[in-house]
Order: sequence, then C-alpha cells, then structure tokens
Amino acid sequence: MAKQGPIKVDGVITDTLPNAMFKVSLDNGHTVLAHISGKMRMNFIKILVGDKVTVELSPYDLSKGRITYRYK
Amino acid sequence: MPPERTLMGRVPVKSQREIVLMRESSRIVAEVLALVGSHIRPGVTTGELDRIAEEYIRSNGGEPAFKGYGHDPKNLFPGTLCISIDDEVVHGIPGERALHDGEVVSVDVGVKKQGYYGDGARTYPVGETNPVKTKLLRVTEESLYRGIAQARAGNRLHDVSHAVQEHVEGEGFSVVRDLVGHGIGRSLHEEPAVPNYGVAGTGLVLKQGMALAIEPMVNAGTHRVRLENDGWTVRTADGKPSAHFEHTVVITTGEPEILTR
Repeated sequence: MAKQGPIKVDGVITDTLPNAMFKVSLDNGHTVLAHISGKMRMNFIKILVGDKVTVELSPYDLSKGRITYRYK
Repeated sequence: MPPERTLMGRVPVKSQREIVLMRESSRIVAEVLALVGSHIRPGVTTGELDRIAEEYIRSNGGEPAFKGYGHDPKNLFPGTLCISIDDEVVHGIPGERALHDGEVVSVDVGVKKQGYYGDGARTYPVGETNPVKTKLLRVTEESLYRGIAQARAGNRLHDVSHAVQEHVEGEGFSVVRDLVGHGIGRSLHEEPAVPNYGVAGTGLVLKQGMALAIEPMVNAGTHRVRLENDGWTVRTADGKPSAHFEHTVVITTGEPEILTR
C-alpha cells in the first residue's frame, strides 16, 4: 500500500526571510525552509515569528516546505 | 543529520532475525499475488478475489495488513487487497464490481505475521488488453526492477527514484508523485519515503539491512491523480489507465534481496 506523498507537520515560525520565505522549527525538532502557499498569499494571511503553522513537506526534499495553514 | 535518519525520523536497520521474519510475511505476499492472479478472468468480482486472499493469509498464520488501516478512524480500509481497475491507480476497495475483458487490474497486498510486514503489488491484464495497456504493464514492471537494481548499500535513495523515473518517462509514460513507496518492517509504513521521481546522487545513503517497499505507480497520461469520495480510491486525473508493481526488498552489500518474489 502506497504512502501519501506530501507530509503535513506542525511547527513554529522562528525567522522571517526575504521573498515570503520562513524558517520553521518543526515539532519533531528539525528546522525547514518554507514558503507560504498561494492560497494563503491571496487571502493576505500574515505570518509572524512565533506563529504556529502547518507545513507540507515534499517526500523528495524534506528540508523545504510549504506553509498551508496558520493556527489562530 | 546522520545518514540513517530522515527529517521525519529514524530509518530502521533490520537484524538478521528480523529479516527472517520479514521473509516469512513476504513469502505469503508473493503467494497471495500468484493465487489471486490465477483467479483473474472476466466475470470474477473484486470481492471474491479479496475473500480468496484473506482466507489464504489467515490459513498461513498471517493477518491482512491493510484491513483496518488508516488515519481516519471513521474510514479505515475495509479490504484485504487493494484492487484498482484501469484508471484507478491504487487503494481501490474490493466489492461487487466484476472484471471485464480488456481491463488492467492492480492487486496490492500486505501481510503481517509475528509482528513483521511484507508488502507487494502487481497489475494483471484481464483477457486481451490493447497495446497501450500491454506496454504500460511491461514498462511499469521493468521500472520496478530498474529501481531495485539501484537499491544497494552505498547508493543513495534517489538513485532508486531516478532509475524508475528515467525508464518510465523514456517510454512516454509518467510517474505518480502524490504517492510514494516506503520503508517497511515492524510497521507497514516506516521511514524513508521512496518517491518514484528524483535526482540521482541525492537523498539518504542506503545501508545494509534497510528494508524498502519500492512501488512505481505509472500512468499512461498525466502524472496527476485525484482522490475519490470514498476517501481511498486514487484515480488518474485524465481517466487514462495506470499500473502498479511493488516488491519488498532488503539492502545488502551486493544485489538486494527481493523478499516478495
């Protein structure tokens, strides 16, 4: 049985970088570089250091991700 | 990051004792696939095939690994087999559906015995299939063996992925990206994720004793897929046929050992 590809994990924003890129510290202890999803960009969802977010990692390069959700 | 870890966690390295147990569950997987394959003909229902498989697994002291599997407790997988017909890629649910001449049917089975898992899949033609489907089956199976040939100690994980992708795309087909192969052993799904696409020379360094379920899912048309409303069945986005071959292998210093042969 195949495994679902893109993996969703929660983490906390630790740093904001240029070009809407962020450093996210994941709950499993690792840090990834993530950009925000197009949908979140369109809805002008602001992301700040300390926000809790969901990151989708590609199975192929687990050091990069896409932020798909910001917790309130 | 030490080589035996991925970002998502540890990649288990199996002991000799564990490999012996995995051989046993994988042997049952191989036998189920052969048995189910011998029952595939027009008119047989996917539910009948599922019952045949479950009976065989239980009579061999194993448990169907997929039955009751899932992340949503309200929608666990109900079958022993995943049976996916034509444009269904993987995770089709067995039921009243009968097979028809000219279809291709993917059968995926997992077995747990004495705490260890084996996982394998194969796509069968039903009667006579058209040339595109016939080629799709051949190329998908070939790509699995291309991938397996790269699964040796010292190589990198994406050497496997790349070998699969290169062969498939060279033949004009596409590899599914939203679903991946996986490590296997004490759980059905372990680290690492084994994509069927990637850049050679990157990714985890493979070590002797790692066990992988390598499983190319190959589409005749676009690589894009969509999930059915049942929460399980994955179909090709363009309705063109798809094939799926899978083996559980253990990394050695030489040729990998194919447990589900």
